[in-house]
Amino acid sequence: MDMLRRTILKGASVSGVLSVALAAGVLKPGQVLAADWNKSAFDSKDLDGAMKGLGATAATESKDIVLKAPDIAENGAVVPVDVASNIPNTSELSILVVKNPFPLSTTFHFSNGAIPEAAVRLKLAQTSVVKVVAKADGKFYTAQKEVKVTVGGCGG
Amino acid sequence: MSMHRREFLQVLAAAAAAGFALDSKDLLAAQDAGKYYDLPRFGNVSLLHYTDCHAQLLPIYFREPSVNLGVGVAAGKAPHLVGKYLLKAFGIKPGTPEAYAFTYLDFTQAAKTYGKIGGFAHLATLVKRLRASRPGSLLLDGGDTWQGSATALWSKGQDMVDAAKLLGVDIMTGHWDFTFGQQRIQEIVTKDFAGKIEFLAQNVKTADFGDPVFKAYTMREMNGVPVAIIGQAFPYTPIANPRYMMPDWTFGIQEDGMQKVVNEARAKGAQVVVVLSHNGMDVDLKMATRVTGIDAILGGHTHDGVPAPTFVKNAGGQTLVCNSGSNGKFLSVLDFDVRGGKIQGFRYKLLPVFANLLPADAAMAAHIEQVRAPYKDKLDEKLAVSEGLLYRRGNFNGSWDQLILDAMLEVKGAEIGFSPGFRWGTTILPGQTITMEHLMDQTAITYPWSTLTEMSAETIKNILEDVGDNLFNPDPYYQQGGDMVRIGGMTYTCDPNARIGKRINDMRLNGKPLAAGKTYKVAGWAPVTEGASGEPIWDVVAGYLRDKKVITPRKLNLPKLVGVNNNPGIAL
Repeated sequence: MDMLRRTILKGASVSGVLSVALAAGVLKPGQVLAADWNKSAFDSKDLDGAMKGLGATAATESKDIVLKAPDIAENGAVVPVDVASNIPNTSELSILVVKNPFPLSTTFHFSNGAIPEAAVRLKLAQTSVVKVVAKADGKFYTAQKEVKVTVGGCGG
Repeated sequence: MSMHRREFLQVLAAAAAAGFALDSKDLLAAQDAGKYYDLPRFGNVSLLHYTDCHAQLLPIYFREPSVNLGVGVAAGKAPHLVGKYLLKAFGIKPGTPEAYAFTYLDFTQAAKTYGKIGGFAHLATLVKRLRASRPGSLLLDGGDTWQGSATALWSKGQDMVDAAKLLGVDIMTGHWDFTFGQQRIQEIVTKDFAGKIEFLAQNVKTADFGDPVFKAYTMREMNGVPVAIIGQAFPYTPIANPRYMMPDWTFGIQEDGMQKVVNEARAKGAQVVVVLSHNGMDVDLKMATRVTGIDAILGGHTHDGVPAPTFVKNAGGQTLVCNSGSNGKFLSVLDFDVRGGKIQGFRYKLLPVFANLLPADAAMAAHIEQVRAPYKDKLDEKLAVSEGLLYRRGNFNGSWDQLILDAMLEVKGAEIGFSPGFRWGTTILPGQTITMEHLMDQTAITYPWSTLTEMSAETIKNILEDVGDNLFNPDPYYQQGGDMVRIGGMTYTCDPNARIGKRINDMRLNGKPLAAGKTYKVAGWAPVTEGASGEPIWDVVAGYLRDKKVITPRKLNLPKLVGVNNNPGIAL
């Protein structure tokens, strides 16, 4: 079973995962194809600009957002980040890496009762706060966690 | 004539205080010293634990640190207490065997008085003795077992695997053990350990789907009481050590996973839940505040020999956090009295393993002799005589590391030297001959390559800040448990309480500040990047030692420390 999963997904990157999500009907093709690409948010080079682009400058902290990320990244080039929202009617989840050159890394849109949950692999240029923004019923909520990127070695 | 233990210890203490170098063995032969280890049985659930033995099969000397700073909430608390502060906190008298085992105080004299410590043949005798009085007890090995000696490196851990089986280890977790590569571990776990030793790690998963690699926990019935033991491997193995050695596995603290496993074990009827941890004590202390339902954590990694447990309160009750030292120096004995499905009481003792107080177990001694035989000539090669005490432990430097740095600078023609802040490595007394075996005790790793690199002042600063943060980040979950990288040639100041980027200042070479934009020749060893190469560090240092023949006492290159004046984690 495990070997089968591995064979099927061998070489699959984020786009591979997205295509699975597409097939499952979780994501609308238009969103993946960037028909409503939020240019101002994704092109922003700082957190404030990205939050503004998302319309989330007034986001409030929420414990109903689940953010799983390592305390220290094993490899800054592929940091596993899992996000989910327990806020009713969550329609969007965005993930931002505050210290990355372009902080907004991804926005997921959920509709027709899709469970607001996503797992991604992010590249972290350096130690940074990873921030999640959830949109529900027109309001914005946020949670964050610091992920450390280190040169390694010298332990123990 | 029979002398009571207390009287006997008083004799030893008086002799030590008077500066006599006693040969304890002769003295002990005449006395009833075996009583030292008479630990009456308590309750019905007993766990024996050793950790971080670093493959030291024979008795050794190991000096505890005089610098082990705690920052943030950890300041001034166990395990961040050294010397007289540690003695005071745990009510240990100076000049006693315990003071020798737990601190660096008067180390050379105390070592001569009380002799070597540890050794698997002596440990085996102690384990047998305790198990005889504690039927059903389990022996737990916290890991860092297959690395740290020449014979372990050369036999790919086989000497230790067989020694652990002979010792009767029931359960193990790991850290350095992973540096033989994931195939080798799987081979040992599935073949050598099959039916004998369970290797547990709830926090090692496959990197692709997060499937468990090892069993997370085991349920054992002890005198009618169901007991769960959960394994926790070193969370930062692929960061502190080369990731390419375990490329398909991911680690981390995985607090949620730990809570789930505890809950599952409780749901299946466990009346006692114990974590066999390689987190390091600071991480264990934090984890115990956040995960509920753990009765005790038997921990290692940070090499802290802590005489009594720390009681940590959490939403579910209380967790005992213990750390059992390193290098075969100690054996933890944790006894629970479980009645009516509940723990009614406990006893804990961290027993120092005095080789002179415990006769060698014949079967283990034979095994050790057998594994050493093929390598004997190599191990016994005399490299030089040390005039001073050579030790490693300490947050910033040790005389053994200074010797390695001095050798690297001279042999490599470098301006600056970096030596990793490992916490293992045995101690050499003044006047002792340094053999190849001793040198391997400091350097025996599977990625021993020495390097010479051009580095800018900025790069050097970044590396020091990075390593400093792994040691002094106020949040233990961001610490890795090693010591600060040892620096040769260059001086600097360090403010452990500052934030990353602000801890390291005033870096100077020959009194002059490092110049921005200029590069410097930096020698180092133990690179974690794949494809690194170079002469093994033991060859670099062995050449230097053979050439010098006599090693004068080392002058430690230590940073100027800021803001630690009232910290009992440093002896000033």
